[in-house]
Amino acid sequence: MELLLDIVSWILLISGSFFALTGALGLLRFPDFFTRTHAASVTDTAGAGLILTGLMLQAGWGLVLAKLLLILLFSLLASTTACHAMAKAALKSGLKPQTVNDNSNSEKETSSKP
Amino acid sequence: MSDLFAVVMLSGIYSLLSASLFLDLDAVDVAFTEASVGAGISTLLFLATLKLVPRYEKKSRYKPTLALGVVIATGALLIYGTLDMPHFGEADAPVHQHVAPRYLNDSMNEVGIPNVVTSILASYRGYDTLGETLVIFTAGIGVLSLLMVSRRTKEKALQKVPADMQNQIILRVVAKMMLPLILIFALYVQFHGDYGPGGGFQAGVIFAAGIILYTMLFGLSLTQKVIKTEVVERLTAFGVLLYAGVGIACMLLGGNFLDYNVLRHDPVHGQHLGILLVELGVGITVAAVMITLFFKFTWRTVKHKYNQ
Amino acid sequence: MQGGALMYIIPAVILLIVMGIALFRAFMGPTLYDRILAVNTFGTKTVLFIAVIDFLSGRAAFLDIAIVYALINFISVIGILRFFEYSSKTALEEEN
Repeated sequence: MELLLDIVSWILLISGSFFALTGALGLLRFPDFFTRTHAASVTDTAGAGLILTGLMLQAGWGLVLAKLLLILLFSLLASTTACHAMAKAALKSGLKPQTVNDNSNSEKETSSKP
Repeated sequence: MSDLFAVVMLSGIYSLLSASLFLDLDAVDVAFTEASVGAGISTLLFLATLKLVPRYEKKSRYKPTLALGVVIATGALLIYGTLDMPHFGEADAPVHQHVAPRYLNDSMNEVGIPNVVTSILASYRGYDTLGETLVIFTAGIGVLSLLMVSRRTKEKALQKVPADMQNQIILRVVAKMMLPLILIFALYVQFHGDYGPGGGFQAGVIFAAGIILYTMLFGLSLTQKVIKTEVVERLTAFGVLLYAGVGIACMLLGGNFLDYNVLRHDPVHGQHLGILLVELGVGITVAAVMITLFFKFTWRTVKHKYNQ
Repeated sequence: MQGGALMYIIPAVILLIVMGIALFRAFMGPTLYDRILAVNTFGTKTVLFIAVIDFLSGRAAFLDIAIVYALINFISVIGILRFFEYSSKTALEEEN
């Protein structure tokens, strides 16, 4: 039983860190603010959920489990709405998402031909 | 650096870094307080102030080179003086010989709570903590006297001013869900301070942060219906009175000022009761002062908006 | 399998790398909102980092700090957004 818990925790922790890492890579390399927000917020939630669940399996019953659950709920709720609020504020202040037409007009013309 | 907003952000990051330094030094209570006060409430209050002043600092023509020279010289002399002191954390330094072992050894017997930091803060050095609470109270009074808002402004503004972030519907729903959790967590930190990191200061700050969140999203007029400004202003004084009142009650019951042993039939229970009441007083004052400061800044913004 | 400390060290290191990348984006980001996003990401990763380090050290005393920091991160981001989006002049124009 201990071994099973350990293995599952390993898997959860490693996959959670993997998600966090890919989110950071997206934050680094994506071309536009809105795409970066998408990368950051989705992987934030996934990574946080997996890592905290992995830690919860290691914690055993007690106050620590309750606190980790609280952190998980709060983190899920808060970071998602914060990213939403940021995107809304950015849209409102005039920042426009980058569209395909900006870079390659010729592509659009060729694709609209029947 | 003349962009005041960048300065505020950098000071927030600096507070966070010093909180992690305290964590590294194994001082969990201090890190807790530094993180919540420095990185949280200070940034919020600075941002509330920045709404009232221009964003960029004007260039000053006065160059204080003489003052800078004096400060550098004094600093260098002080550092030279400290080179003679024992190394950081050395076991046979005088500070570790007399007072600290007594606190660490006798705290469990005399006070009976596991968290030694709280027992030192509230019981062994309770008089200092009374002074700290008075300092916070004085700061609150100072701001109140500088930022008086007339009653006419208040009554007129209460009807007209909509919330700042009115169309952020998702944010408002989520904040409404989280607010009870935040307030209960503040109460948990307050009363769990005997057993883990926590205590009055941190709890007051967290409570105030919850109320400030609500005020930012729902507007001052809605918040006033629940938490009136006058009530909060009086609560700032009430916390300090509670603290000093416990001390005077101890004197009336025969002991010294803030000598909790006489509060109950049994010294350890007396200590527990004394620490509980005293931390409650600290928490009430800190929360009330932070909320009052934020309310005052927001009232001023409202007053600017409606030119009264 | 005695993972022991290694189970916590790997996520901790990876989280540190992520925080470094977020800081880099905070310096570089062309627009203001990039920087706010980077600071928010830094904050959430710090919460996870504190939780993992807490398990590494064996004492569960740091979790309270993680909760407080999650709260502070959230409220600070909202405060910053309020400051930028709704400074007094633009709000006045909106209401009239």
